[in-house]
Amino acid sequence: MAQPATPTVRVVTLRIDDHDLSAREDETIIEVCREHHIPIPSLCHLDGLSVWGGCRLCMVELEGQSRLYAACSTRVAEGMRIQTQSDRLRRYRHTILELLFAERNHVCSVCVSNGHCELQWLAQKCGVDHVRIPYRHVAYPVDSSHEMFRLDHNRCILCTRCVRVCDEIEGAHTWDVMNRGTDCRVISDLAQPWGNSDTCTSCGKCVQVCPTGALVKQGTSVGEMVKDQHFLPILARRRHLS
Amino acid sequence: MSAPKITVATTWLDGCSGCHMSFLDLDQRLVELAQLIDIVYSPLVDAKTLPESVDVGILEGSISSDDDLEKAQSFRKHCKLLISLGDCAVTGNVPAMRNPFKLADVFDRAYRENVTLQPQIPTRDVPALRVPVKPIHGEVKVDVFIPGCPPSAEAIWYVLNELIAGREPDPSSVTRFGA
Repeated sequence: MAQPATPTVRVVTLRIDDHDLSAREDETIIEVCREHHIPIPSLCHLDGLSVWGGCRLCMVELEGQSRLYAACSTRVAEGMRIQTQSDRLRRYRHTILELLFAERNHVCSVCVSNGHCELQWLAQKCGVDHVRIPYRHVAYPVDSSHEMFRLDHNRCILCTRCVRVCDEIEGAHTWDVMNRGTDCRVISDLAQPWGNSDTCTSCGKCVQVCPTGALVKQGTSVGEMVKDQHFLPILARRRHLS
Repeated sequence: MSAPKITVATTWLDGCSGCHMSFLDLDQRLVELAQLIDIVYSPLVDAKTLPESVDVGILEGSISSDDDLEKAQSFRKHCKLLISLGDCAVTGNVPAMRNPFKLADVFDRAYRENVTLQPQIPTRDVPALRVPVKPIHGEVKVDVFIPGCPPSAEAIWYVLNELIAGREPDPSSVTRFGA
């Protein structure tokens, strides 16, 4: 979302929790929160990629509105009063995380991303110490056909960061999404094995932005997959300026 | 120390005993803990029967067999407070990774395909396996969850001390899934 500042962009004042803040009117709530170190959980949002609004973890309350708003896809406005923490929000976030754990097979203790996983970290932050919903325990495929990387659908939370970074930053658009509901999967090319992809440049950006152990480097063992997303804001700025 | 000690019972179901080993990793703090609690039933002590009433029950491992289920139900019945210790008890963890497969295939894999001498499926004196493997709270009510594989001695120490002090512990402040 980083766009060059123009003189016509106005500044608005707003209140987030107990903080009186000012922000550019073209900013989203989550961007303002990140700037001011106000913690809001999120999994699909990533600075430098387009807005997706899929994970629903960043929902906030707006004063005078009964429905919740996704902080990543809602722009700030003059006089806005925002609550980022409440019992209702904590309850919803807690349940969303439980649903993510129950849907596929996130076995943290044997995952290559153990200790470096955003889902695992958020669960701890949000106090998810067990999952009340029965686990589905349905096996999803693993694609190890690429010589450098591996895709484990069991760990995928469908945040689509890989799809967006491949399209918007690398410009290859190898990744996309197919099917719906529990059958929903990220696919390379037209659902071909990743190793056979004609479009993949093997740049590895998708691996680095993946919040879990779904996209990883080949040859990593438990806890060894550490991701580095430092490239993203730099490349995103260049993309948007060019 | 005239106050009666808190009674504690522990056992492991389908787990690797690593959580109990982590408990032993309390090292010299075990001496301190022994001033406050009495372990009345556990693989770590000699007692063979679970007393009628126990203050705190600690279960390691998932519920994978009929025997696991009986033990979990018995602990729930006799313990005032029940703790799920470790990822197998809390999530099903590694034991639950057999759930996507048919039980017959799991048996074949374990007792036929990988066996060179007299491959056979054991049927005598072993409890029947259940489908699916479940975390403890999938069968009985659990009061406190300590995730981790295994939870560190520090996490166990923190939770037990909070309970002894009469406070409600926040396990997420010290441990997580896969810790």
